[in-house]
Amino acid sequence: MSEQNDPMAEIRASFFIECEELLEALQDGLQIMSDDADDSETINVVFRAVHSIKGGAGAFGLEFLVRFAHRYETVLDEVRAGRLDVTPDALKVFYRAADHLWDLVRISRDGLPEPEAHTADLLTALDGLLGDRGPADEAEEDAQIDFQPQALSLTLDLAGGGDLPSLDPHGPGCLRIRFTPLAELFESGNEPALLLRNLCELGRATVRCDTSRVPPLAELAPGAPHLGWEITLETDADESEIASVFEFVEGLCHLEISAENAADDPPQPQELPRFDPVSDLDASPPLADAANPAPRPLSPTPREPTAPVSPKPAASASRTVVRVDLERIERLVNLVGELVINQAMLSQSLERSGLSPHSDAMNGLEEFQRLTRDIQDSVMMIRAQPVKSLFQRMSRIVREASAAVDKDVRLVVHGEDTEVDKTVIERLADPLTHMIRNAVDHGLESRAARLEAGKPEQGQVHLSAAHRSGRVVIEISDDGAGINRARVQQIAIEKGLIPADAVLSDSEIDNLLFLPGFSTAQQISDLSGRGVGMDVVRTAIQALGGRITTTSQPGAGTTFSISLPLTLAVLDGMVVDVAGETLVLPLNLVVETLTLGAGDVQMLRPGRNVVRVRSGFVPLLDLGAALGYRDPLTDFNGSVVLLIAQEDGSTAALLIDNIVDQRQVVIKGLDESFHRAPGIAAATILGDGQIALILDPSDIISNAMSPHQPMATLHRAEGAIA
Amino acid sequence: MSLAILAVDDSRTMRDMIRLALLPAGFTVHTADDGLHGMEVLEGIDPDAIITDINMPRMDGFGFIDAVRGQDRHRATPILVLTTEAAPELKQRARAAGATGWIVKPFDPDKLVKALRMVAG
Repeated sequence: MSEQNDPMAEIRASFFIECEELLEALQDGLQIMSDDADDSETINVVFRAVHSIKGGAGAFGLEFLVRFAHRYETVLDEVRAGRLDVTPDALKVFYRAADHLWDLVRISRDGLPEPEAHTADLLTALDGLLGDRGPADEAEEDAQIDFQPQALSLTLDLAGGGDLPSLDPHGPGCLRIRFTPLAELFESGNEPALLLRNLCELGRATVRCDTSRVPPLAELAPGAPHLGWEITLETDADESEIASVFEFVEGLCHLEISAENAADDPPQPQELPRFDPVSDLDASPPLADAANPAPRPLSPTPREPTAPVSPKPAASASRTVVRVDLERIERLVNLVGELVINQAMLSQSLERSGLSPHSDAMNGLEEFQRLTRDIQDSVMMIRAQPVKSLFQRMSRIVREASAAVDKDVRLVVHGEDTEVDKTVIERLADPLTHMIRNAVDHGLESRAARLEAGKPEQGQVHLSAAHRSGRVVIEISDDGAGINRARVQQIAIEKGLIPADAVLSDSEIDNLLFLPGFSTAQQISDLSGRGVGMDVVRTAIQALGGRITTTSQPGAGTTFSISLPLTLAVLDGMVVDVAGETLVLPLNLVVETLTLGAGDVQMLRPGRNVVRVRSGFVPLLDLGAALGYRDPLTDFNGSVVLLIAQEDGSTAALLIDNIVDQRQVVIKGLDESFHRAPGIAAATILGDGQIALILDPSDIISNAMSPHQPMATLHRAEGAIA
Repeated sequence: MSLAILAVDDSRTMRDMIRLALLPAGFTVHTADDGLHGMEVLEGIDPDAIITDINMPRMDGFGFIDAVRGQDRHRATPILVLTTEAAPELKQRARAAGATGWIVKPFDPDKLVKALRMVAG
């Protein structure tokens, strides 16, 4: 945006952003068309998306992009004109062409070579749709669109003019031009005075106005043109320059151009017997009349659209978009983070100073806190972005993966407007791609197997996003055969990942899929369950502060659920004290806090306690002991517990020593060089400068509550790999 | 001479390019995203010339030209059609709607300026 930047480079960058929006609109349109809800506006949107990409690509000389978009557009235009039906086969080609257009846009952006073979395949497929309307004139069209920046193309066949005389190439020629406007010339907003002026700029000109046809005043029809001009022009301009002056009025005037010095005498026009010199064109009264012709005959097109339009500056203002470098926003996010820390420091020191809560300073502090939060929310909103673009990429993955394994798969998408931090979206792309491929390849049965199982041949993959208690939950589910647990367990035993005699619950077996050793198995193609690269997926999700869980039902399918923080920067936290350590828990997971009385805790067996909460019992976890800060408590009277909401809807109680505060904390990621410790999500800096760990209570609970031998083995295996 | 131009195009890239071509030549440039938006913008300004795209949502170029020409004060305002197509029948349709001239995309900045000066003075 700074001035020293090349404006063309900026427009080019913004063109590629616009392309992505257009490609999204294209995908949406195709989706609507494939849902059988196609109306003329949808095909228009699809057409315009491709058309606009072509137009912009032309401006930047991106030839292969122009060429492909043009052919695609040609086929869409046939659909738009009602000459081509949108069959399922045609839609497949449209989708593939849209995918390819994505590729070509990226390739153009990055300056990579065109994948010509692939382009040729798709062009053939597109041409195939045209059938016998085939690309007869494509070669010619290609030549035409393979343009260099060139404007005002001239295909003059001037009415009444005939061929232009060839001028003497060695010196100025002398031309005699006779120009008589028709009424239509004025109706199209053209102006003879300007044409004459432009002509005069080409050389030395003498202009005479023919006023012979101007009727007596009483008979003057203001809408009808009465004037003509004869121009003698001495010029060395070439034909095309002369012609370009009259390009726009081609067919709207009588025009004769002849060489003055031609051997035969210039034809004496019968209709223009007398020319008067005109010194001031604009002062010519009949011309002034002609420039204000009577209202032109209206075409039947209704003019209603103009009527209800009222001044709506707000409408256009709301569409104003500023494009900002992501780095600048990152900087802003960091600064806001510092502000939050600073505010916490200020609060702490003011509280310590023993000021009255009603003092001006404390009131000011409250306002300061509110403003800080507003600023922070606003900044986060800048980074929020719907997951739509990500989901659209996934629909492509489904198309490609299903074609590769010859399965008929339909992707059903929900909640694509759900907004998530841009960074989160970007870093989700790879894990999601992996999981979608897995769902198609391993999750869904073959066509034959589905029919045999009494299911429709077409498999379904659902992809959804939703906000749930301050986090975003993304689910990938299929209606396939479900995880073949016996097989998964057997493979895990063969790989030495679990003891041969391990007794595992279903969910523990499902979790085996996430083991690194499991995913690298060579015979994975034999497996009817899951497993390819799921450890990589889990690592990526965890790096985002998220969790991934699996549920599977034999014969009915498998669901992977990813729970992620909305943002990677700031968190509403509950600051607690455990064995002298200050820890932070995400506030949104804390559903209730309780102080225990005698008899609230019951022991199921040594080391396994439950808390009575109203009518039910909730498992109790001693946080200090779980983190190894101290030995397990034995007397719970007067202790504080936090009830933590679990992903699966259950609740668990965390035993802590004390609640210190509720406040926003700035999340500082732990350095990569640290070992990932289960249950530790990140760290933060508190107001007093102290560093506190941010816990992932669900992780801690699920680890601590599953003290089975096999799970312990899992962690060792994981630790060894990491 | 400074001319005020209204450029109507649904492509942000095109609008940016037009602005980039015309601002250095001393033009004042207003833009609109489609025909309907163009009509809204036109209520607040009185441009010396209008440039419009053809394929646009809500109200396309033909509809826009027709609507502009339908207003008395814009009966003679020059309107240039900016189009990727050079097909004669398209020019004919544009002219029938009341267009003054046309420019083929991608346009050359100098020629755009020249064409505008040619129709708008």
